[in-house]
Amino acid sequence: MSIYILCLILFSVGLYCVLRKRNLIKIIIGIGIMEYAANLFFVLIGYRNEGRAPIYAHDQVIKNMVDPVPQAVVLTSIVLGLALMLLLVAIAIRIYEKYRTFDITKINRLKG
Amino acid sequence: MSPDLMIPYLITVPLAAAFLIIIFGKIARPAGYIIACIASVLSLAISLALAFSITKYGILIYKVGGWMPPAGIPMVIDCYSAFILLTANFIAALVTLYSVSYVRRYTDRWKYFTLLMLMMAGVNGVAVSGDIFNMFVYLEIASLATYALVAFGNEGEALEASFKYAVMSSVASTFMLIGIAFLYNYTSTLNMAYIGKFIMENPPAKAISFVSVLFLAGFGLKAALAPFHTWLPDAYTKAPAPIPAISSGVLIKVLGVYALTRLFFNVFGMTKPVSHVLVFFAVISMLGGSILAFGQSNIRRLLGYSSISQIGYIILGFAIGTPLAIMGSLFHIFNHSVAKSLLFMGAGSMEQSLGTQDIKKMSGVISRMPVTGYTSLIGALSICGIPPLGGFWSKLIIIFACIQAGYFGLAFIAVAVSILTLAYYFKAYAPILFGRQDDVLKVPAKNKTQFLMDIPMIILAVVSVASVLFLTPGVMNILIRLATTTVVNGKDYVNIVLGSLK
Repeated sequence: MSIYILCLILFSVGLYCVLRKRNLIKIIIGIGIMEYAANLFFVLIGYRNEGRAPIYAHDQVIKNMVDPVPQAVVLTSIVLGLALMLLLVAIAIRIYEKYRTFDITKINRLKG
Repeated sequence: MSPDLMIPYLITVPLAAAFLIIIFGKIARPAGYIIACIASVLSLAISLALAFSITKYGILIYKVGGWMPPAGIPMVIDCYSAFILLTANFIAALVTLYSVSYVRRYTDRWKYFTLLMLMMAGVNGVAVSGDIFNMFVYLEIASLATYALVAFGNEGEALEASFKYAVMSSVASTFMLIGIAFLYNYTSTLNMAYIGKFIMENPPAKAISFVSVLFLAGFGLKAALAPFHTWLPDAYTKAPAPIPAISSGVLIKVLGVYALTRLFFNVFGMTKPVSHVLVFFAVISMLGGSILAFGQSNIRRLLGYSSISQIGYIILGFAIGTPLAIMGSLFHIFNHSVAKSLLFMGAGSMEQSLGTQDIKKMSGVISRMPVTGYTSLIGALSICGIPPLGGFWSKLIIIFACIQAGYFGLAFIAVAVSILTLAYYFKAYAPILFGRQDDVLKVPAKNKTQFLMDIPMIILAVVSVASVLFLTPGVMNILIRLATTTVVNGKDYVNIVLGSLK
């Protein structure tokens, strides 16, 4: 149980970072932390006590294997997270070129 | 060819087009436009063919790689998906044609079409997916392409809007992922039909309520429902003009409304608390969107707030949940897609010629650009709900459904918001269209490819006039009626899918 709570704390750290930080890069890091927490949670769900890697070989019994589905799912999710991260960093660099700052309180030309 | 073999082409055609454009676009510039137009017309043709065959078969399932669910990932098309696909691909094909003329202002234009095709692959994927995680992946593909498209202009404001949208939307996606994790933990499957079966056979659990909350936040943000709407006006203001058109017409409908209703009606089963929350969101969206639209001086912001308010109508119909209300909502999805895309295209065309987005600085569009002026007029009248046009009938059905179900308060709010809509559209569009033509604005050199922008607008205007015909017996009517049945008999989806897998 405690491991899930640690996972929740990690998620909350990420969320706090997104909501409260004023630096674009820190916000991006916060999103990264949130995604890691979500992925970690998904992997933890698939864990079985004393489980081993879910590799099915010829003379092995299917016993004490961890659930392979969350691992496949998380692999996809990590790739999506990477794509998002790259895009966000690229946008942040371009924003810095235009505004000469990373401070979101100074990046406020959109109003209404 | 048996019709279920057509389903994967909905995703592979735009995806292949995206890669071909990035390869050939640099070598020969027109190749990009041509490939994009061909791919979007092809996927429109496929969804039309699927819509015809769905009325015969009822449901089509394609098992990817031949693996049987729940281990394999199926693509499921029923009448609701077919209806949404037809609407989405119709708008997307016209927007692609419109873009060919609009994006001439940018360098590296072919990359725009690559992103547009990636987005359409994602949108089509969301509509056909029968697996909840697969739906999430397609949703992310479409969203990622949209963040890049919003920032495509590369101005400071566009980047700012894109960053804002990307951060908010990715937080929502993380909520969705956690929701999927909880759902997997509870049901130990990711297939939507099997999840539905598990939920049906077991007593109501707290996990489902928690997941519902996470999904409401996640898909609510994608649909721009009122408390989660703040990304929308910003993203629409500085993006290239076709992007608000496709986002308003396709993206928020498919990623938001379709995914939300598919999960809540067909997988979880609609419950009283969820429908009350949806009614609450819908009412805030309707009122908030239309009140905020009053103070806007930027035409795209005004249209964006109007989109939020119209999404409120659609969600209201779904939340009431009677067959009449859902039919009204589906019809309103179609009418709003057509009319709002038309208005955004018109706004883009005005901007191109007059060089401003400010309502106060535009005037006399009808005498200057008759095609843009008259088609925008038709779009505005349709959104306001003036009788012969499509928007009137769908709003009328939703209001009737409110009265029929005994929600007089909601019916009153819907009528009041309709009057508000008329008021702010009149306030904004009367001076733009009919205002005295002063010579303050210099009309720049005539755009040689203006006809490419005019053709989609004319088609959309004709459709929004003719959409009343869909209430008479015809293909669309059958499709809307069958789609309504699919949504109303929510949990039948599970039995139908599992039955046809055997």
